Amino acid sequence: MLKIAVCAKQVPDTDIPPSQFKVDEDELQVIPPAGVPPIVNGFDMNAVEAALRLRDEGVECEIVIFSVGTAFALDVMKKPLAIGADRLVLVDDETSEALDALGTARVLAAAIEQDGGADLVLAGRQASDWDQGHVPIMLSELMSAPLVTLVRNLAMSAGGDSFEVERVAEGGFQRIECPMPAVMTVTNELGEARYANLRGIMAATRKRPETRTIADLGIGDVANDGKLAMTGLFVPVSESTVEFIEGEDEADAGRLLALRLREAKLI
Amino acid sequence: MSVGVLIVGEVVDGGLHPTVRQLVNAAGQIDQDALLCLAVDDAFDVGALDCVRVGNVILLEHPNAADDGVGGVYSLVSELVCEAIERLQPSSVLIAKTDAGSVVSARVAARFAAGLAADCVDLTVNPSTGRVAVTRPVHGGSAFAVYEFAGDGLQVVSVRPGAFEADVAGGTPEVERIDLSGVSVSGAVPVLVETVSEAGEGIPLEQADVVVSGGRGLGGPEPFENLRELCGLLNAALGASRAACDAGWIDHSHQVGLTGKSISPTTYITVGVSGASQHMAGCSSARNIVAIDKDREANIFSHARYGVVGDWAKVLPAFTAAVAELAGKETP
Ligand SMILES: Cc1cc2nc3c(=O)[nH]c(=O)nc-3n(C[C@H](O)[C@H](O)[C@H](O)COP(=O)(O)OP(=O)(O)OC[C@H]3O[C@@H](n4cnc5c(N)ncnc54)[C@H](O)[C@@H]3O)c2cc1C
Ligand SMILES: Nc1ncnc2c1ncn2[C@@H]1O[C@H](COP(=O)(O)O)[C@@H](O)[C@H]1O
Repeated sequence: MLKIAVCAKQVPDTDIPPSQFKVDEDELQVIPPAGVPPIVNGFDMNAVEAALRLRDEGVECEIVIFSVGTAFALDVMKKPLAIGADRLVLVDDETSEALDALGTARVLAAAIEQDGGADLVLAGRQASDWDQGHVPIMLSELMSAPLVTLVRNLAMSAGGDSFEVERVAEGGFQRIECPMPAVMTVTNELGEARYANLRGIMAATRKRPETRTIADLGIGDVANDGKLAMTGLFVPVSESTVEFIEGEDEADAGRLLALRLREAKLI
Repeated sequence: MSVGVLIVGEVVDGGLHPTVRQLVNAAGQIDQDALLCLAVDDAFDVGALDCVRVGNVILLEHPNAADDGVGGVYSLVSELVCEAIERLQPSSVLIAKTDAGSVVSARVAARFAAGLAADCVDLTVNPSTGRVAVTRPVHGGSAFAVYEFAGDGLQVVSVRPGAFEADVAGGTPEVERIDLSGVSVSGAVPVLVETVSEAGEGIPLEQADVVVSGGRGLGGPEPFENLRELCGLLNAALGASRAACDAGWIDHSHQVGLTGKSISPTTYITVGVSGASQHMAGCSSARNIVAIDKDREANIFSHARYGVVGDWAKVLPAFTAAVAELAGKETP
């Protein structure tokens, strides 16, 4: 049976109005808006969907979610379980906050390894908090496994020993055949994750996450410390002031907008 | 030999990727004598280097260098760059945060356990510490973070495409060649079966002086016909928000934003786009934003120069008709 590991990160909800996004400039931290729960990083849900589609196509597989973090919102992290993933492994560790991409990749590699390895590791193209897209690439380095980024379509080859992948590229896409085990990053072009049905939600409620700390993984010092330090964090202020064009009615405003833009030589 | 900044340039179709000249300018912020390395095959046109203002250019020669961007998903280029770093021992490496640059920079950082600052829009040397400091957008562009390198290890910086102007000063760099034909990728690699180009519709977004984008507020694919008509009148390129693309109303190649295209038109007209930070990340260098949206509080209006608050179904036809009239044409 194919083992698929999906790396999923808990991140702040990205759908809050930009005006509600606040940071603490002294503590160098983002202040999550009160009462808004975190989400599973959007691209990671696309990655879960990619795994589920392989299963839909008849590939017998176990789908295991791996997440490194702390202060997990369990009902949030269980979302992949509710749509069909089999298990949830949480590396819950306060020190994970301080890890950089390489440190996180080392922890994920160790957690996947300890769980018996994987034939396919799926991740999101980037996490929507720090927008880097480094962890899966580094993971492929650490695992010495081939890497395909920006996957928009994924299928098993006829022989069942490699993957047929479509990868988004400038001006089109690339068809790639990738041997296993492999690491891939998934992009939203693949399609949104399916909705959970009641049965799925009930099943997920009963499942318990398998929790570990970094020390449990027996890998010693994983931090790639002291290379890069954050010294500032701020929200930019927009200097633009808008001139609202008004008219007798909406259509009139549209007409006047065209005249105004012509006057300003913008069209 | 030990060097300061090593620029890793991207090669496309035997020439320089547009980001190379941007990196030259970016490197100038921290080192006037940066070296530029390029992974090339025989087909590379050395003439392309004529006006690159760097200390030296180093060609990392490998017969498959140009193939790799497509097959292997940049794994060979990554090996060539790692080999160059081994030999040249730079203090910093500068790469563009393109699809290829993302992979190469992260592989290099993992290989050398280096510090990696990604997607930077500003680079300086902190005068009090003498260390390289960078600024980068985070959380979809909702915030900016400043980082400073520490320690003595390798520093890897990736630079956001378009964040720096292209260098036009020019120069006549000396070209040195390193034969790296012996380098190979160990282990299994992904194999490119074919590259399929999906012919884009209309004027390319990156080159257009006017761009018109539609968002979720349009409610379906049909209103994009209205935008196409407007684009025709304005000689504009057609853009969209991710929400509109994800809904299948328009192809993803039209997406503007953090994970879509970066545009810098003189005039950017949006219709039913709320202006999420991830969208604005792709159009922050548009000089004049013009927004039509029914919500006066929509974030797009805090970036716009001109705005109309209203239902697009009422505003847009009248706007388009007036534009047509100004252009001396009638709408069909
Ligand atoms: C990591 C990450 C990367 C992302 N990358 C991108 C990206 O590259 N590009 C991108 O665009 N988004 C991106 N997004 C998504 C982004 O966060 C927003 O969800 C998206 O931009 C919203 O699209 P929208 O403005 O069309 O939709 P909404 O935010 O839903 O806005 C619709 C607007 O239409 C208006 N409207 C509704 N009805 C009408 C009407 N009848 N007439 C006029 N106006 C009307 C509403 O008032 C509203 O302002 C990304 C998100 C994440 C997390
Ligand atoms: N802490 C984490 N736990 C699990 N997966 C992660 C974590 N950080 C990053 N990833 C995975 O790596 C992808 C890219 O993240 P990043 O490199 O942080 O932008 C994410 O979309 C996830 O799939």
